[in-house]
Amino acid sequence: MATIPLEHGTAQGEWRLPSRGTVAMSCLITAESTIFTIFVVAYLYYMGRDVQGPTPKEVLEVPIFYTVCLLSSSFFIWLAEHAIEHAKMAAFRLWWGVTILLGLTFLYGTAAEWYKLIVHDHLTISTNLFGTTYYSLVGLHASHVIVGLIMMLFVMAFSLFGAVRPEHAYRVKTLALYWHFVDAVWVVVFTVVYVVSRQ
Amino acid sequence: MADQSLPVGHGIPSGQGIEAALDRTPAHGGRGTYLEVIHSWIVTVDHKKLGILYIAYALVFLLVAGAEAMLIRIQLIKPHNDFVSPFTFDRLFTMHGTTMVFLVGMPILFGFGNYLVPLMIGARDMAFPRLNAFSFWISAFAGILLYYSFIGGVGLSGTGSAPDIAWFAYAPLTEKAFSPGHTTDYWAIAILASGIGSIGTAINIIATVFCMRCKGMTLMRLPLLAWLYATMSFLALVAISPLTACQAMLLIDRYLGGHFFDTQAGGSAILWAHFFWIFGHPEVYVLVLPPFAFANEIIPVFSRKAIFGYPAMVAASVGIGFISLGVWAHHMFTIGMTSFGNAFFTLSTMLVAIPTGIKTFNWLATIWGGKVRFETPMLFSVAFLFQWVIAGLTGVMLSVSAWNWQLHNSYFVVAHFHYVLVGAIVFMIFAAIYYWYPKMTGRMLNEKLGKWHFWLMVVGFHMTFDVMHFPGLLGMPRQIYTYEPDRGWNTLNFIITIGAFIQAIAVLIFVYNMVHSYFRGEDAGPDPWDAWTLEWATASPPPAYNFAVEPEVASRRPLWDVKHPEDPDSAFE
Amino acid sequence: MAQASLAHASLPGSIFAPHSTPAHEEHSLSLFVLSICLLIFLGVSGLLVYALIRFRARPHDTAEPPQVFGSLQIELSWTIIPILIIVVLFLGTARVLFSVQDAPEPPTALDVTVIGHQFWWEFRYPKYNVVTANELHLPLSTKSDPRPSFLKLTSADVMHSFWVPQLGGKTDVLPNRVNEMWTDPLETGLYVGQCAQFCGPEHAKMLLRVYVDTPEDFEKWIKNQQRTQAELAQPHMAMASMPNPGNQSAGPVPPNSPPTHGAVAAATSTEATDAIDARNGQLVFEQQSCISCHTVAGTVANGRYGPDLTHLMSRATIGAGAALNTPGNLEAWIADPNTFKPGCLMPAMHLSDRQNAQITAYLLTLK
Repeated sequence: MATIPLEHGTAQGEWRLPSRGTVAMSCLITAESTIFTIFVVAYLYYMGRDVQGPTPKEVLEVPIFYTVCLLSSSFFIWLAEHAIEHAKMAAFRLWWGVTILLGLTFLYGTAAEWYKLIVHDHLTISTNLFGTTYYSLVGLHASHVIVGLIMMLFVMAFSLFGAVRPEHAYRVKTLALYWHFVDAVWVVVFTVVYVVSRQ
Repeated sequence: MADQSLPVGHGIPSGQGIEAALDRTPAHGGRGTYLEVIHSWIVTVDHKKLGILYIAYALVFLLVAGAEAMLIRIQLIKPHNDFVSPFTFDRLFTMHGTTMVFLVGMPILFGFGNYLVPLMIGARDMAFPRLNAFSFWISAFAGILLYYSFIGGVGLSGTGSAPDIAWFAYAPLTEKAFSPGHTTDYWAIAILASGIGSIGTAINIIATVFCMRCKGMTLMRLPLLAWLYATMSFLALVAISPLTACQAMLLIDRYLGGHFFDTQAGGSAILWAHFFWIFGHPEVYVLVLPPFAFANEIIPVFSRKAIFGYPAMVAASVGIGFISLGVWAHHMFTIGMTSFGNAFFTLSTMLVAIPTGIKTFNWLATIWGGKVRFETPMLFSVAFLFQWVIAGLTGVMLSVSAWNWQLHNSYFVVAHFHYVLVGAIVFMIFAAIYYWYPKMTGRMLNEKLGKWHFWLMVVGFHMTFDVMHFPGLLGMPRQIYTYEPDRGWNTLNFIITIGAFIQAIAVLIFVYNMVHSYFRGEDAGPDPWDAWTLEWATASPPPAYNFAVEPEVASRRPLWDVKHPEDPDSAFE
Repeated sequence: MAQASLAHASLPGSIFAPHSTPAHEEHSLSLFVLSICLLIFLGVSGLLVYALIRFRARPHDTAEPPQVFGSLQIELSWTIIPILIIVVLFLGTARVLFSVQDAPEPPTALDVTVIGHQFWWEFRYPKYNVVTANELHLPLSTKSDPRPSFLKLTSADVMHSFWVPQLGGKTDVLPNRVNEMWTDPLETGLYVGQCAQFCGPEHAKMLLRVYVDTPEDFEKWIKNQQRTQAELAQPHMAMASMPNPGNQSAGPVPPNSPPTHGAVAAATSTEATDAIDARNGQLVFEQQSCISCHTVAGTVANGRYGPDLTHLMSRATIGAGAALNTPGNLEAWIADPNTFKPGCLMPAMHLSDRQNAQITAYLLTLK
């Protein structure tokens, strides 16, 4: 820092600021990532420390199909973002609907898995450490999927009534950012739960 | 009629013309019936009103938690005292700590952020006004829920189900087996709700600072207050979330039969400690960065010099934020980590002293060569500087893990963190109130009462918290409802309690000053302190729209440029 | 009851009165750190006071001072110098940290297991098969005859912390985890401390008394603690219980396991008479639910929830320091422990005054 006067050119460029929605959603994602990290750490820390009860290896089946559904939904939502940015509203509605369907399929997969674990394998949240950490981690993720789907259904409904127009692309992208986050979290959860802990 | 704000950057008359350009009529008239006024406060989304709501809410709880502290100190004034039962005492210190952190510290600091950040960056409001209102009301609900616990459960006698598990609620004491009642549940749910409000406000502040700046205000021209609030908000995002996770895990254990902290099932008590302090340590930086922000604004104005080393201050502030994420286990040196773990956290904790020291020296250099005026805001800031140095040094002492094995969980730690929380944070909050009350209300606080408040606080604070280090050094642990008479702690505790009473009197004088000056205070005008940031370029209190014309700035001190056109900052940046 | 004087009677909890090697090392480190911090404080606050006086605004002087925005050299200097100070502090700390925490256990060491309970301390000496409560005895350790004590600490319930300041820093006591610490008391005497981690309503009265004995006194104390009450049986006790000399495991004892000395004997069906004496006291003690929480080795009492009472009268205090161990206090405690320690986990048993007196008479024989 000088105490001698400096020469300046007068900067007359456009005054540009980042978009509020993207910044805010990124902040929310940061906060939520931290919550997920804590549950993942708890899951990893307690691996192998059960006193009794079924282990991951014994009861977990790798949900390949449902994972493909969820992760591919990120591609389809990207197609939807692209469509609304280029004012192709019919395409937007199509890809948006596909995304929602894929998300619902994933949720169904989780529900089916939990049904099997609870009814056939007698694994509940109170059975042992694995049960506690598994249901809370996968459940936390599933709750984020549910919130995302609810928001997307609202957008779908608004769109069917013609209330969603190309100038709303920015808001749709903000929501899509959340959905990409949900998918990214699943990559981590899937790796930790179905790959690492089944060793 | 002249506009209520100065059109900064759009060709304003210099010198005396500024005064004429600004409408100084205090906006007191024509507000409507009482019911309309109350309604407007309840439905408001205006950052200024919400800021004042946060501050008022926090001040109410300051008095409540202060009363809890007085009861604690009365119980400890002599050994084997029976002023309160151990059960009541445990609730008092748990509620005192929980209230001060979550219902006083966070709200009052978010309140100031809410009020000041948009004004100082030349914006119309926060980025998300409705989220702002939601965050306030959920925080308010959380406080009411927490205090409802006193009458929930067994009722007023025996102080109901108020939390009694210590503010950090260590497992497994909080598991159903050891806390069968609802005290833990009130704690967990109330703090969870308040955390949601805090995360909402943190998102709002970051979005505001990055996306709502007026023309010409590049990041390196942001007032340091905005930088510090952005850093503090980032810390809040990554710190409060672990606490939310902790509380969810605790509730899962208590109500769904989970085993996160159930040692019988192989669970771990250490895991709670790690997760809690991953929140707890950054949390104290969340609490201390805004007071640094106030110091960054107040000290230059009262020294009549620009802050020394602005880029270094930015780097130091952001650095403190990041380093503070890696020091948490210095609260756990005695829990049985490996020697390598202890060494790592010793080093990381000592490292945070570097940027903190940089800030302290920059404040010193700001004063150096200035012309220091000692009105009340500066008095509190000066006391803050001395007290901050001491607090930081006792923090360094505590970071020495091998010595920490003696000091941990003793009154030395209680003295250290009260030195930070009261000596640094509360003192700077007082400074901020004396400095910005005129802006918020249009009236000056009484200087004479301010000086009484200040000197009584200084005497009481030092009497209590300087002395409090010694029982810790003599083996007195914390969170005990009584102590043995043959340990040499008796006289020390007596003095500590007397100091608490003196501080209580100081705070009462302060409350009287706030109320009295609202009705009878001297008219403040837009810029009573001859300051340089944008909030002083509009009326006191500001109109709802803040600035009639969006300001355009060319330096870090836009009003300095206006007042000193022959020597503007913009030539030097 | 051991005759011992409080070491440094006026300030028995002071961390500046070290009496063991770890305590001495921590003490020296603390003086080193304190001196550095004091120098920093005097330097910075001196500059601050000077600046506030020298650069105060003079009346009627409204001109602004020269505006100085910063200086790279100054910023660097007050970054580098603190870094150097921290390197020094860290190295000093690391030396003591590793030397204390990672000290190897010599073969002459005494092993003690410490188990924290709400709100009392259990101590076991695995090699000697001794179980006692609240008052720890350790042997003196000297340079010529080093006998450090290596403690393994765990908890039966919530988190506690073992802190006897003059013998070293504290170590937390956790359930489902064994922490380790060591101390080598260098002077005989009585050292006091208390639980240092909030553990519930009576955390404040979970006190510690550590008697450091000469090797001879320590042996005597151990021998006494090893005797079961069957061996010490008075004639009137012969009817009440059957002696069993068996004593099994010699290794470290996991928490919540049965006492290692004495064994369960058949309970008697004799009725107590009205006389207030030790025989009737033992009958009442064994027929009421006292034995479901307490152990008296060599008798039918082998409860583990509360303190071991086999040698209760060898202790100076009761209730983990809540009261002195006098007959009056003992009787009042049995009648209602909440008189001394409201919130402690022993309930008032609502026995008659006669029964309380009888039990007291019995307990007074447990030397």
